[in-house]
Amino acid sequence: MDTIFNPLVGGLLIGLTATIYLLITGKVIGISGILSQLLFSKGRLLPFLFIAGLIIGGSAYGVLTEQTVAFPETRSPLLLIISGLLVGYGTRLGGGCTSGHGVCGISRLSPRSIIATLIFMATAIITVAVLN
Amino acid sequence: MNAIITLLAGLLFGLGLAFSEMTNPAVVIGFLDIFGTWNPSLIIVMASAITVGMIGYFIKGKQLRPFLATTWQVPTLRQIDSKLIIGSSLFGIGWGISGYCPGPGLTALVNNPNEGLYFVAALIVGSGFHYLTSKKAS
Repeated sequence: MDTIFNPLVGGLLIGLTATIYLLITGKVIGISGILSQLLFSKGRLLPFLFIAGLIIGGSAYGVLTEQTVAFPETRSPLLLIISGLLVGYGTRLGGGCTSGHGVCGISRLSPRSIIATLIFMATAIITVAVLN
Repeated sequence: MNAIITLLAGLLFGLGLAFSEMTNPAVVIGFLDIFGTWNPSLIIVMASAITVGMIGYFIKGKQLRPFLATTWQVPTLRQIDSKLIIGSSLFGIGWGISGYCPGPGLTALVNNPNEGLYFVAALIVGSGFHYLTSKKAS
């Protein structure tokens, strides 16, 4: 039960937030896109506020959740940098990430998002298998 | 008003990520590690988020406009092209390497700065590289 409750409720909150945000503002939530707007576009206030909120809300873990799994031992800077470069470039080239394609795109049954999600899930799974 | 809504959306989204432990790369990798001790959390998160999202699109229906904006800004691209395929592949590889995608990577700036700083710096550089090279192309 415990192992289902947190992801279920967390997912509901994510879905609810994305849905209400869409119905009010007309926009989808794709974090790679929002970050890109913050970095490279002229309208920086809203992306900044979203990301600030994201970081604040997302670091409340210690307060609100019983962690079931420990955070990993700190990985090497090189590994994190390679990961970040690939995620940064890949999400922009592919037009989205787990929130944009995975949640918002699949919710509206976008073929692009369904395929993107299948591809990044598959490659991620293969990568983990190869590295382990 | 838009500012308040956007800030709130970020907060709630972040809360959702934290509560579901998606901010912890070990939980994410636990899902991706299908040959190891499998952690189904991520797929449960996605399934429940998508379920609500689908209900949302049903509610949206053919409404002419959002509640507080004049137009819908839902992506309209349709083509499945090499950029989508290659981009998603690269993203997946990067994600599998650390268990971080953009959201959890950003929250790691606070949750685990020893990792977050490197990942986010590279995230910015990677995004920037795409921005610069795609501008040139057009």
